[in-house]
Amino acid sequence: MNSSNNVERHPKTVNPNSSTFSLSVNGERHTLTLDNRTTLLDALREHLQLTGSKKGCDHGQCGACTVLVNGVRINACLSLAVMHEGDDIATIEGVGEADHLDPMQQAFVDHDAFQCGYCTPGQICSAKAVLEEIQAGLPSHVTYDLNTPIELNDAEIRERMSGNLCRCGAYANILKAINQVAEARS
Amino acid sequence: MKAFSYERVSDPAQAAARAAEVPGAKFIAGGTNLLDLMKHEIEIPEHLIDVSGTGLDDITPTNEGGLRIGALVSNAALSADARVRKDYAVLSRALVSGASGQLRNKATTGGNLLQRTRCPYFYDTGMPCNKRSPGAGCAALGDGATSRQLGVIGTSDTCIATHPSDMAVALRVLDAEVETVTSSGETRRLTLDEFYQLPGDTPEVENALQVGEMITAVLLPPPVEGHHAYYKVRDRASYAFALVSVALIQASDGTGRVALGGVAPKPWRRDEADAVLSQGASAVMARLLDGARPTQENAFKLTLAERTLAALLAQE
Ligand SMILES: Cc1cc2nc3c(=O)[nH]c(=O)nc-3n(C[C@H](O)[C@H](O)[C@H](O)COP(=O)(O)OP(=O)(O)OC[C@H]3O[C@@H](n4cnc5c(N)ncnc54)[C@H](O)[C@@H]3O)c2cc1C
Ligand code: SF4
Ligand code: FES
Ligand code: FES
Repeated sequence: MNSSNNVERHPKTVNPNSSTFSLSVNGERHTLTLDNRTTLLDALREHLQLTGSKKGCDHGQCGACTVLVNGVRINACLSLAVMHEGDDIATIEGVGEADHLDPMQQAFVDHDAFQCGYCTPGQICSAKAVLEEIQAGLPSHVTYDLNTPIELNDAEIRERMSGNLCRCGAYANILKAINQVAEARS
Repeated sequence: MKAFSYERVSDPAQAAARAAEVPGAKFIAGGTNLLDLMKHEIEIPEHLIDVSGTGLDDITPTNEGGLRIGALVSNAALSADARVRKDYAVLSRALVSGASGQLRNKATTGGNLLQRTRCPYFYDTGMPCNKRSPGAGCAALGDGATSRQLGVIGTSDTCIATHPSDMAVALRVLDAEVETVTSSGETRRLTLDEFYQLPGDTPEVENALQVGEMITAVLLPPPVEGHHAYYKVRDRASYAFALVSVALIQASDGTGRVALGGVAPKPWRRDEADAVLSQGASAVMARLLDGARPTQENAFKLTLAERTLAALLAQE
């Protein structure tokens, strides 16, 4: 099959329980040798010191660890780092800078869309992906007609953001923040 | 999590052969169920075979006029495929009712079929569970146990867990088949009914896969005409497993097919129930749930299933 392609992507086994592999994070390439058990989230936080992505539950239930892999949002806690050989990872550290915020970050500030802030990096990464997913026509549970372009409304945003929990209950303001960016884009 | 060795394979037959050859080997695809269970040390593989590079990520037309869904196609990509949305809407609806946007991006078709039960005692390693440790007993059947989410039919005296997949319920109503490759390189095709096994005395055996056998695709027959619907009832509006779900395909003359999720160890469908769909929800459920053995806590599922179907039929 496509083995030539995969030989190149195959991580080198160093000892039976660890592997060496390369991935790129926020545009910077890293080669890591890690225990196979290391999740993408732990690789980012413990080995690359990118502690923006948070560990809320470590079981796919809260969304605090949401990052983008090749542009697609996933839970970094339920993915093995070694399986990301060759991937482009984007974390909150790559979204804007303190003196030059991304529009989604600015909207979260404008609308007071957080209290403790623990869920916020995941919320922002997820929210940015949600707008892309709607634009790409990915249906959701509340999409009424599967065969027409998706209407951007509160119900769609809420449903699509349901994988990101907020213990402080900032949901109403998170919704306002996402709407602000969506309106500016349209 | 216990330590394991890791390899990436590029060919499904090679993956199956390796899985049969290496002791304690398991496949990993999206990892969203397996890693969760490995963290709890409910699954303890010694070797992981990463099948995400096997190239099975296409949806292609079949000669029979249906679709062949590669085992690695993500739940998100499958739900969004234009052909699935148009001709197999029940599948698209079932997929988007499951998990979260992040999880659906990672979850694969093969992994979704093989996700394990959400019985709270299966997850609690301090409690006895026949599925986790055969012969240990079943905490869900003990006095005062929480069985609200568990099964009402097809269960046994050793296990009353349900299969939690939404996707599989839609695939059952569509008469989909599972295509596999065995460790000796042969291809097999199984209906979903043949694929999933009832617990009986061996609740640890959940499906008909042989040692090393890998799912390569799900085959959809030609489209089934009619109104497609999937109605999932759960404790919150999103990001929760089904208490009861109903997959329905109904033609304009009122005939059609029904499958249930959240009630049994496999997606639940019976020909004799389909045969009376035009007579309404209570006629269907009298046949579909005949022989049910609910617990006191989950007997509500029988009424809920009937009302959920009635609600769907009223929407027509
Ligand atoms: C918080 C949370 C909420 C969820 N909610 C829902 C829900 O509401 N509805 C729902 O349906 N699901 C839900 N899920 C489950 C989710 O759908 C599954 O975790 C996912 O579909 C599994 O796919 P995967 O590719 O990640 O599987 P993996 O975790 O990679 O694998 C699962 C199993 O399948 C085996 N396997 C994988 N691919 C193959 C193959 N090709 N051949 C043979 N064996 C294979 C693996 O060895 C493993 O045993 C939820 C999950 C989480 C974490
Ligand atoms: S119902 Fe099945 S999965 Fe749950 S505790 Fe009993 S044996 Fe285990
Ligand atoms: S830490 Fe990953 S979903 Fe909670
Ligand atoms: S702001 Fe505190 S958890 Fe969301």
